[in-house]
Amino acid sequence: MSINATLIGQMITFSLLVWLTMKYIWPPIIAALEERKVKIAEGLAAAERGQEEIKLAEKKAKTVLKEAKEKSAEIIGSAQKRANELVEESKMQAQKEGERLLEAAKAQIEQEMLQARENLRKEVSALALRAAEQILKEEIDKAKHQDLLNRTAEQLG
Amino acid sequence: MASEGGATGYIVHHLTPLSVGEGFWTLHLDTLFFSAVLGCLFIWFFKSVAERATSGVPGLAQNFAEMIVEFVDTQVKDTFHGRSELIAPLALTIFCWVFLWNAMDMLPVDLLPMIGSLMGMEYMRVVPSTDLNGTFALSLSVFFLIFFYSIKVKGIFGFIKEMTCTPFGPWLMPFNLMLKVVEELAKPISLALRLFGNLYAGELVFILIALLPPVVQPLLGFPWAIFHILVITLQAFIFMVLTIVYLSLAHEDH
Repeated sequence: MSINATLIGQMITFSLLVWLTMKYIWPPIIAALEERKVKIAEGLAAAERGQEEIKLAEKKAKTVLKEAKEKSAEIIGSAQKRANELVEESKMQAQKEGERLLEAAKAQIEQEMLQARENLRKEVSALALRAAEQILKEEIDKAKHQDLLNRTAEQLG
Repeated sequence: MASEGGATGYIVHHLTPLSVGEGFWTLHLDTLFFSAVLGCLFIWFFKSVAERATSGVPGLAQNFAEMIVEFVDTQVKDTFHGRSELIAPLALTIFCWVFLWNAMDMLPVDLLPMIGSLMGMEYMRVVPSTDLNGTFALSLSVFFLIFFYSIKVKGIFGFIKEMTCTPFGPWLMPFNLMLKVVEELAKPISLALRLFGNLYAGELVFILIALLPPVVQPLLGFPWAIFHILVITLQAFIFMVLTIVYLSLAHEDH
């Protein structure tokens, strides 16, 4: 139990260990720790920024959505209006067309009626003439009474 | 176990170092060997971590090493307010090395001496901190560092002034000097003797327990081992903290 040269040996070992620690062990580990600290701080800051950005984006999305809704309502309104107009227009057109067709049909009918009447008249006059001829065969001289006959035919016509 | 010489012989045998040489030039081979092996273990572990140190997600070993490093770093930063490249690594080395020394105490008292005797070594004392040379080597190194930093920071005259003119002013110079010398010398002596005393006593209790009948041994050895976990960590911690305190005192300019 005495102090001896072991002391010197131990001191040499000790200084060697301290030197090795100082040179090769302490700096890299502390550097890694510091770097991690910085990284974590950066990560936290980024997360905060991200949160802020999310809030902004949400706000923006809300306004955009609102705008879009308004716009769509507007579009739907105008479309409805246009549709109504279209329906109204086509209704009117159809009515006009119908009226025109009706008019045309009426005109044709009129014309045909006139035609028929004319024909009828001609036939009736011819018939009457023939009947009159039959009756008056003997008494009437065609050449003598040509004028009268013509007048009658004209009157009938 | 208690062979020739009975209990006393057993105890003395266990506390005798394996030595070569005569007089002052005696070398305690066991102390030198085990402390070197433990030092290599310490350097190897931390070096392997330091090489693969990443600022990303740390592995198990890195986590463990970082825990110790941060613990030491906190202690240093709490006490020492200057800038020094040396103090923190010094504190880490002291803490780990002393802890590993002390941890040798947890091995069964007869295990390594038995292996040693099979290899032809008559004596073996496995705990380097039960050797005064081991503890004094540490504390004297710290003492020299205190001396070195005192002069470096305060200058040679500042150092002389502090040694002679405090705490009672220049008129009581011899008295001041005496007080200061005692104060400074007390630092390494108390450091070394505290560690040595605690571990020597602890080892002695383990040896005494080993002398008891085998049935009783675990009953006492188990609680003492658990208690000793506290002691070995605490002693390593105290040695480290006091080293930091002494060195920061040396850095302070009055």
